[in-house]
Amino acid sequence: MKVTAQPSADTLTLLLDGELDASSAIVLDTELAKPDILNYRKVLIDCAKLSYISSAGLGVFISHLQRFQDANVKLVFFNMQEKVFNVFEILGLDALMTIVPSATEAEAA
Amino acid sequence: MKSSLRIACSRSHLQEVRDFVRNYLTGLSLPEITINQVVLAIDEVVANFIIHANGEDETQFLDLELAFEKQELNVEIADHGDTIYLPGEHQSPDLRAYIKEGRKGGMGMALVNRLMDRVEFFTRGNHTVCHLSKHLA
Repeated sequence: MKVTAQPSADTLTLLLDGELDASSAIVLDTELAKPDILNYRKVLIDCAKLSYISSAGLGVFISHLQRFQDANVKLVFFNMQEKVFNVFEILGLDALMTIVPSATEAEAA
Repeated sequence: MKSSLRIACSRSHLQEVRDFVRNYLTGLSLPEITINQVVLAIDEVVANFIIHANGEDETQFLDLELAFEKQELNVEIADHGDTIYLPGEHQSPDLRAYIKEGRKGGMGMALVNRLMDRVEFFTRGNHTVCHLSKHLA
């Protein structure tokens, strides 16, 4: 699992590459836990190369969501593969998180 | 058609488990989403065995066996540690509460129960065994 951060003005884009499971979730957790992430207005999660997510990966996003909301930082997922979106859907997380099809829509969200 | 894998109880082996299950299912001409759902269910149970039943003790090991017959996939995950691990009754997680609490865990078995047709934990001697099954059309 590789996480690449791309900051630009008030937006931080995180590109996820690989499989997010109970072994690799710590990499993403460390990135989302950084205090200065709350200085951005938006954190966009580019899921184009995220090929797998388990409950441990979902748990990382869930555990930071309230902290982001309290700081008025919007968390937006985009470019999500169908099989990964299906995992969000099974638990009903698609209704609680902002997931859009493309980068353009993520920037506009 | 049966296939089996033995791994040490370390999270670092989860990728190996998923690759093993994917390779087994790839020959069955299943949709990608179905393959991912079965891989996910097995990954969740194996992760629970590694973390909760064995405390990530790499001297312990797990056996995974896959069998496909008459469109039915049967999975056995057998633990060899001395701690009996029997997850409680499945309850739907309150995700709004989880978000408010900043909670990380508690969704794995909910996923497994939604993804598989049958989920059963039982003891065999001093060890824990999990059986999963799913009809794959």
